[in-house]
Amino acid sequence: MTQALILVDQRDNVATALRPLEQGESFELELEGTRDTVQAAQAIPFGHKVALTRFGEGDAVIKYGEVIGLATKTIEEGEHVHIHNVEGPKRQGRPR
Amino acid sequence: MKFLGYRRNNGRVGARNHVLVFPTVICAAGVAEIIAREVPGTIYVGHQHGCGHLGPEREHMLRTMVGSCGNPNVAGVLLVGLGCEMLTAELLAGKLKDEGQRVEAITIQTMRGTGEAISEGTELARKLLDEARTAEREPVAVSELMVGAKCGASDTLSGLTANPATGVASDILIGKGGSAIFTETPEMLGAEHVLAKRAASEEVQRRIWEITSRTEERIKAMGLDIREAEPGPGNIEAGLTTLAEKSLGAIRKGGTAPIVEVVDYAQRPSRKGLVIMDGPAHDVVSVTGMVAAGAQVVVFTTGIGTPVGSPIAPVIKVSSNSGLYQRWEGNIDVNAGAVLDGEETLDSMGEQIFEEVLRVASGEMTKAEILGHQEFAIHTIAPTV
Repeated sequence: MTQALILVDQRDNVATALRPLEQGESFELELEGTRDTVQAAQAIPFGHKVALTRFGEGDAVIKYGEVIGLATKTIEEGEHVHIHNVEGPKRQGRPR
Repeated sequence: MKFLGYRRNNGRVGARNHVLVFPTVICAAGVAEIIAREVPGTIYVGHQHGCGHLGPEREHMLRTMVGSCGNPNVAGVLLVGLGCEMLTAELLAGKLKDEGQRVEAITIQTMRGTGEAISEGTELARKLLDEARTAEREPVAVSELMVGAKCGASDTLSGLTANPATGVASDILIGKGGSAIFTETPEMLGAEHVLAKRAASEEVQRRIWEITSRTEERIKAMGLDIREAEPGPGNIEAGLTTLAEKSLGAIRKGGTAPIVEVVDYAQRPSRKGLVIMDGPAHDVVSVTGMVAAGAQVVVFTTGIGTPVGSPIAPVIKVSSNSGLYQRWEGNIDVNAGAVLDGEETLDSMGEQIFEEVLRVASGEMTKAEILGHQEFAIHTIAPTV
């Protein structure tokens, strides 16, 4: 059976769609050994990300176990996470 | 854990037993190619360098050529020089002998034309091949292996399946005392803080900032701000939201181990573990650099498909999706698309790639080897004069 979503790292709070997801579709994901269900709140294109949790403005979006960006507005669980609601992290840690 | 490798006189271990015919300058390339053709079983390694190198590029080229000919996969090498070039056969032969490499050299200008050079070179190449014949594989610890990781002709899935699975294989190898090396500095931009965090020492951390800053400055000098330009429209359409996300997908092929060293292009690491090589993202140029740095095997992930191999090291192709694997079965060794099909997890896929590395290091041919792919290209760092 083809998987619909992939979680690269157990710390991630977004998963990536491995096929186009329809609004209202539910998916089971294995998180830290337990199964969790996420429902697509809207259509998600192939290769795009879906929120596994609710994000407040400024919350870190985590993929590969690392911060890939910050939410620029509230994102509800199951919503599409992309450039319309996330901006890149500021240059981090560079000395001087 | 062991694999079957060739223990060389200098203590290093090879996964192949190649005899190379290597021109030290492009002007000698024609003669070298004819010699290799005359002696089936030898490998001609063509390139367009060896002369006209400005400033630091001379050392850079010398290091790359010596590293390529001195890779432990090489049982012996015939150097073919012209005579008046910057990097002569005599110069390279001296460096290689110092490293304990079996080497013969001819200089065309000291002979009665190319006719004598070809007949002399042919004799020497046959002698090297005859010597190499006696080498036998023996069980050696996997800690002797250094595996290069590369991604090219990538797709949306490369960063989700093939790269993370290759990273798992890298972590397994390092856990057993071996080494992994990855490069493509431009693809580290946006994720340099993640790499810096994984540095095993302050010096390594400083070097990570140094190579990424320098690469960003070089790109800027050509009029492009990578933080404005990336991810590009195509990336965004494919689902990549930020530069950090794009780069994380690329560096994941190096796994999650601490970074023990940052080396220059084609520089041999002095430590075991996960190593970063500063270098471009160009597929053939980066494979050439990692092999010159000593990698005996390369794992190359691809989503769209690329045929490239190496004249010196076996290149294992890992597809990111089953569609590519089905269309390109003759070119792809391992299908990480099985993760998407629900047949494998990233961890089990990584174990499969690790096992494939051991089989290939022990002698199993890769698809690129079967098809005869021997692409070779050296990074240039200065205009040719």
